[in-house]
Amino acid sequence: MSRSHELYQQVILDHNKNPRNYRVIPDATYSCEGHNPLCGDHITLFLNVGADGIISDVSFQGNGCAISKASASMMTTFLKGKSSDEAKSLFKEFHDMVIGDLDPDVQETHLGKLTLFKGVREYSSRIKCASLAWHALMGALEKQVSATTEA
Amino acid sequence: MLNIKADFPVLNRLFGGDAGEPGMALHYLDSAATTQKPLSVIETMDRFYRESYGTVRRGVYRLSEKATAEYENTRKKVAKLLNAASEKEIVYTSGTTQSINLVAYSYGRKFLKPGDEILLSTIEHHANIVPWQLITEMTGAVIKVIPVDDTGTLILSEYAKLLTERTRIVAVNHVSNALGTINPVKEMIRMARQANHFNPQDPTRRGAVVLIDGAQSVSHMKVDVRDLDADFYAFSGHKMFGPTGIGILYGKSAILESMPPYQGGGDMIERVTFARTTYQKPPHRFEAGTPAIVEVVGLGAALDYLAHLGLDRIAAHENALLQYGTRLLSEIPELRLIGTAPHKASILSFTLEGVHPHDIGTLLDEEGIAIRAGHHCAQPTMDRFGVPATARASLGPYNDTADLDALAAGLRKIIEVFR
Repeated sequence: MSRSHELYQQVILDHNKNPRNYRVIPDATYSCEGHNPLCGDHITLFLNVGADGIISDVSFQGNGCAISKASASMMTTFLKGKSSDEAKSLFKEFHDMVIGDLDPDVQETHLGKLTLFKGVREYSSRIKCASLAWHALMGALEKQVSATTEA
Repeated sequence: MLNIKADFPVLNRLFGGDAGEPGMALHYLDSAATTQKPLSVIETMDRFYRESYGTVRRGVYRLSEKATAEYENTRKKVAKLLNAASEKEIVYTSGTTQSINLVAYSYGRKFLKPGDEILLSTIEHHANIVPWQLITEMTGAVIKVIPVDDTGTLILSEYAKLLTERTRIVAVNHVSNALGTINPVKEMIRMARQANHFNPQDPTRRGAVVLIDGAQSVSHMKVDVRDLDADFYAFSGHKMFGPTGIGILYGKSAILESMPPYQGGGDMIERVTFARTTYQKPPHRFEAGTPAIVEVVGLGAALDYLAHLGLDRIAAHENALLQYGTRLLSEIPELRLIGTAPHKASILSFTLEGVHPHDIGTLLDEEGIAIRAGHHCAQPTMDRFGVPATARASLGPYNDTADLDALAAGLRKIIEVFR
C-alpha cells in the first residue's frame, strides 16, 4: 500500500474512528446538510457564530468514508475561534490543495495540520470526500440549508 | 472452468510499476459496471475503420453497401441471441438507459393516462426508475413499488396484490445490479398477463406490457424473449464485451408498430414534406440519425465471442466462482453480504464493519483489485438495506479463483489497517 499510505495516515484513521465534535448543536446559528451526489454520502454541519463574527462552536454528524469523516473532524477542531472570513479563505486554500493547485510543500498556507489531506490530489475520485465538510461549511456561512460538492 | 484471460489485452498488462518494480496484474471485479473487451472485438472495430468504414443505409457505393450489410448482420445475431421472432424486433440504441427511455417516452407518453399504474421493483437501477418518474409527471400515471425481503428477493405475493386493471407497465430487472438477485421474470410476466390481459371489448382492460431490464443478464445466462413472453427487453453492448455507445431494445413487433417515433431526424422517415411526414417501420422508426456504425459491428464481434464461449459454460463458470467467493467472504467476520437471494448472479455486494466502501475501494486498488464502491445507481436498494453504500465485486467469465483470493486477502489487510 504505497500511494494510499500517504492518504490513510494514523491521524486520519484516528479521526475516522474517534471523530471530534461529532454531535448536534441544538441552537446552532447556522446548519447545513452537505451532499456528495456521486456517492450518496452526506453530513450535517452545525455552526455557532458570535456577533463578533467569531466561530464559537462547530460540529458535524453524518455518514461518510474515512476521508470525509476525518476531514470534517479535523476541520471542526481547526475552525473553532477563527472568524467566518478566515474560514472562507481557508476553504479556498483547502480546496486548491486537494485539487492540486496549491502545494503545501512549496507554497505557504494557513492550513496547519490540515495539509495531511494533500495526498487526496492523487485520487481524483476522492477529492470530493475530503471537501464535503468544507462545502457544508460554506453553505452554512452563506445561510443555505443544503450544499453539494457539485457546486 | 473457463480460462480466457489471454483473450483480454488489459488483463495481461501490469499496472503501476516504476523503476525496479514489475507492477501488478489487474484483478478486475467490476464487470457489472462494464466488461473488458476481447481482442477479437478490438481488432474487428480497428479493421472496420481501416478497411470497410462508410455510412449505412444511404450510400450507393460499394463501401456503404458492405458497411450496411455488416451493420444489419449484427441485428440478426442479436435476434438469434434472444430467440426473437424477427430482426425487425431489434432496435439499436445507445444503451440500456436509452432503451428504457425510448419505451417510456414513446409507448408511455402515448398510452399512459392519469391514474394508470407503473410497477417497478425496489431493487431497480436508477435507469429503470427515473425515466418512469419523468413520464408520470407528463401523463399523470403513478408508480407502485414491488417490495423485497431481507435476502433481496422480490415478494411475489405483494406483486400479485399490486397488479390490477390499472397496471399498464411492469418494468423490472432480470438481475439486480446492486445485489445480484435473479428475478423470476417469466413468472412475473405470466402473472401480469393473468391480472390484466388485453380485452378489446372492455376499455378498462387495456392490458399491461412488461419491460425487462436485461443489462445484468444477457452476457451471463441464456435469455429467450419468446419463452419469457417479454414485451420489451433492454440491454447494453458494453456489459457484454462489446463497445460503449451501443445498446439494444427488443420489442414485440405489434407493440413497436403501435409506437410513435421517439426522436426525429434522418433515416427514420419514409417521406418528409412540411405538410406531413411519414415514418419508417420499426426498427428504423426509432433510429434517427447516423447510428453508432462501428460500435454495432463491434457488438457483432462480441456476440460471436459470446457464442464461442457458450452461455451455458459462462453461467457454470460464474456460478462456481460465485459459490467460491461467497464462501470466502463469509469467512470474514466483519463482512456483511448485502443480497443473499437463493437465486443470484455473479455479484457480491458487501459492507465491512467500521470501513466505508469508498475506503475499501481505494485500498483494494492499491493491490490491483478493481471493485465498485457506492450506491450503484440504486439508492432505493441501499435505503431498503439501511446502508449508504456497499462495496461490490462483480464477476465475468475471465475471472478466476485467484481474483477472489486476492479480494479476500485485500479485505483482511484493510480490516487490520482500520483496527
